[in-house]
Amino acid sequence: METLWFILVGFMLTMYVVLDGFDLGVGAIHLFVAKTEHERHLVLEAIGPVWDGNEVWLIAAGGTLFFTFPRLYGASFSGFYLPLMIVLWLLMLRGLAVELRSRGNPVWRGLWDALFWLASGLLPIFLGAGLANVVRGVPLNAQGYFFEALWTDFDPRSSNPGVLDWYTVLIGGLAFTALLMHGANYLGFKTEAGLQLRARRLAARGWLATVLLTVLGTAATFYVRPMLLGNFAIRPWGAVLPLAAVGGLVAVRVFHARCQDGRSLLASGVFLAGMLASSAFALYPDVLPATDRAYSLTVTNAAAPPYGLAVGLAWWSLGMLLALIYFAVVYRLFWGKVRLADERY
Amino acid sequence: MDPLALSRLHFSFTAVYHYLFPPLTMGLALLIVILKTLALVRHNEMANQAVRFWSRIFATTFIAGVVTGIPMEFQFGTNWAQFSTFAGNVIAQTLAMEGAFAFFLESAFVGLLLFGEQRFGQQVHWFAALMVWLGTWASGFFIIASNAWMQHPVGYTLLPGGGLELSNYWDILFNDWIAPQYFHTMSGAAISGAFVMAGLGAYYLLLRQHEQHARLFVTLGVIVGLIGSLLQVFPTGDAEGRQVTFVQPTKLAAMEGLFHSEQGASIVILGQPNTDTQTIDNAIAIPQVLGILTYRRWNAEVQGLDAFPRDQWPDAIPLLFYSYHIMVGLGTLLSLVMVAAAFLLWRRRLFEQPWALWVLLLATPFPLIANAAGWLTAEVGRQPWVVFGLQQTTDGVSPLLTTGNVLFSLIGFAGMYTLISMLWLVVMAQEIVRGPDLQTAPADIFAST
Repeated sequence: METLWFILVGFMLTMYVVLDGFDLGVGAIHLFVAKTEHERHLVLEAIGPVWDGNEVWLIAAGGTLFFTFPRLYGASFSGFYLPLMIVLWLLMLRGLAVELRSRGNPVWRGLWDALFWLASGLLPIFLGAGLANVVRGVPLNAQGYFFEALWTDFDPRSSNPGVLDWYTVLIGGLAFTALLMHGANYLGFKTEAGLQLRARRLAARGWLATVLLTVLGTAATFYVRPMLLGNFAIRPWGAVLPLAAVGGLVAVRVFHARCQDGRSLLASGVFLAGMLASSAFALYPDVLPATDRAYSLTVTNAAAPPYGLAVGLAWWSLGMLLALIYFAVVYRLFWGKVRLADERY
Repeated sequence: MDPLALSRLHFSFTAVYHYLFPPLTMGLALLIVILKTLALVRHNEMANQAVRFWSRIFATTFIAGVVTGIPMEFQFGTNWAQFSTFAGNVIAQTLAMEGAFAFFLESAFVGLLLFGEQRFGQQVHWFAALMVWLGTWASGFFIIASNAWMQHPVGYTLLPGGGLELSNYWDILFNDWIAPQYFHTMSGAAISGAFVMAGLGAYYLLLRQHEQHARLFVTLGVIVGLIGSLLQVFPTGDAEGRQVTFVQPTKLAAMEGLFHSEQGASIVILGQPNTDTQTIDNAIAIPQVLGILTYRRWNAEVQGLDAFPRDQWPDAIPLLFYSYHIMVGLGTLLSLVMVAAAFLLWRRRLFEQPWALWVLLLATPFPLIANAAGWLTAEVGRQPWVVFGLQQTTDGVSPLLTTGNVLFSLIGFAGMYTLISMLWLVVMAQEIVRGPDLQTAPADIFAST
């Protein structure tokens, strides 16, 4: 049951990264692909009806984590206090920017476009660094709590690591380029003409950077936490997950070459899901490894008692079914290339 | 201040600020459904314009509610980690259900309400409005269910290690505490939306702008406001007060300023609680009334704070006393405003009475203050417990927080929320100036300027 919930929470976080990932990516590149006010409108209209729903996956995953692994929720949220507060403010600025940019003159729009870009660009770096912190391990104490400074000595193998060190920043960079590529793929899929061409060009560059950082990041991960390979040795079938990630990355290149934007988007989604699933697989049964291994939180010692998990499974399944239906309907309704109203009439 | 006190301030500040927006969205969502139904049934184009106008107001408020709501869920973990570890298995069931059953629904249908009218037609638009209303009110239900559990924990067993285990899911979903608190909170939300609608209508009438729409706004606002105000007092307010009496007598004693148990207790209308002398200074009180309100008996004995050990008293008695009295006082005044306005409306004199319109206009923000005071009463009165009777607030805080770190985020939120307030006001001013009588529906909010 605990393992099932580990997978389900992982599923929700993956949904968040794959879905909100493309609108974060779009935000991170919109200043460079959209040259005119008209194009800015198009870019925002491409994510307008869906970004809020995409972000709900993060909130819903947080709530689910809270009742399934209360110890993990308490420990990680209080330990990552500082970066989480910054993430909250960035999420706020981003939501405000989408809502407010069109309500003023060009100077006003310029301000919100810049803030939208900044928040959308910084969020993937923080999210990637956050995941890297979990992979690297955190200084949990005997009571099961920790508190990390934003940075200490930038050494991931330090006994008192900070949120940012060279390893976590590297993974943050990987998350940034991967979501940039993902977002550019989405724009290529949703737009036409000059905008689409520029999005494709950025997607190709993002792909190159992502390949480079994936190689570096993977090597760094095994340098920082050599024992992560253990699970793949015990359960060789797990190799499917990193292979899916690599396959997705290769497929992105293939579909770029053929100018098949929808399939590139799908492929970059597979890459992201494969990377996250590989990390989760490698960590299992740890959910939050400690610098001192004896204090690590695992699926068994962090999970809630069985009754709550079983009851939760019943309503959660219904809720997710409904959520997936809403998503299917909304994406179906707003399917296709975006055009502005004044063009249609 | 220590991290505990700062974390309490942090939570109450962000919660009170957040709760400026949801009452408006929950109230306006209800009013928008009514307007949209009116538009469909009577083929009333003016009502349709009103729907679009209030949907734009709703949208900005909704976004403000969303972005200030996310920190509430996060803070359980960041600042109250020991509470989360202790009670997460139980309380996060309903919190997570909000995500699964309300947030996804809202995010899908708010988009349709705003973007979908031209593309998908009137029926779909009505359905979207209906679902947005249900979604926002379902959201309210899950939050109230979570809070109700903290006020009156049920459906759990204590684990030997000190944590809690959920033992009966249906108990937390059908907690006795929920119904009075939920309907009291929801009618408060309906009142908040209704006063805003009536107040803006009054503003337009005083300006002699958009008078057709303004009459609709005032009429609907006053009708819903009157019904809501009456429900707010009875049965919902009365039921809340009685369950506090029976389940949380310490809260009742402190909010009424009843330091000493009293036979046929009197009710204090105004006064200043003095915690040193344990009396109410300058009290204006009515004898016997508290006994009737609580136990329905003329001579009922109501337990004062002195009936309980000192360490179970709420620690901020003056704040609790004033919050409660502000809530009740404003609630009474606002009910009177709506009764008078409804009378004038019925006599067909409301639209021609500038002083009455001025009263409606100036009353607009007060339901929001009453809401905040109500939540302060509920939460400050629960102290010293974070989960009533099970965990004290001092035992719920994150253990490794430092004063500096909590100050950092508190100041950050103060700055961010100042910004949000200014932006919200700017957008509201823009929408109010632009007015409701646009001839065509804008295809989307991005193309709207």
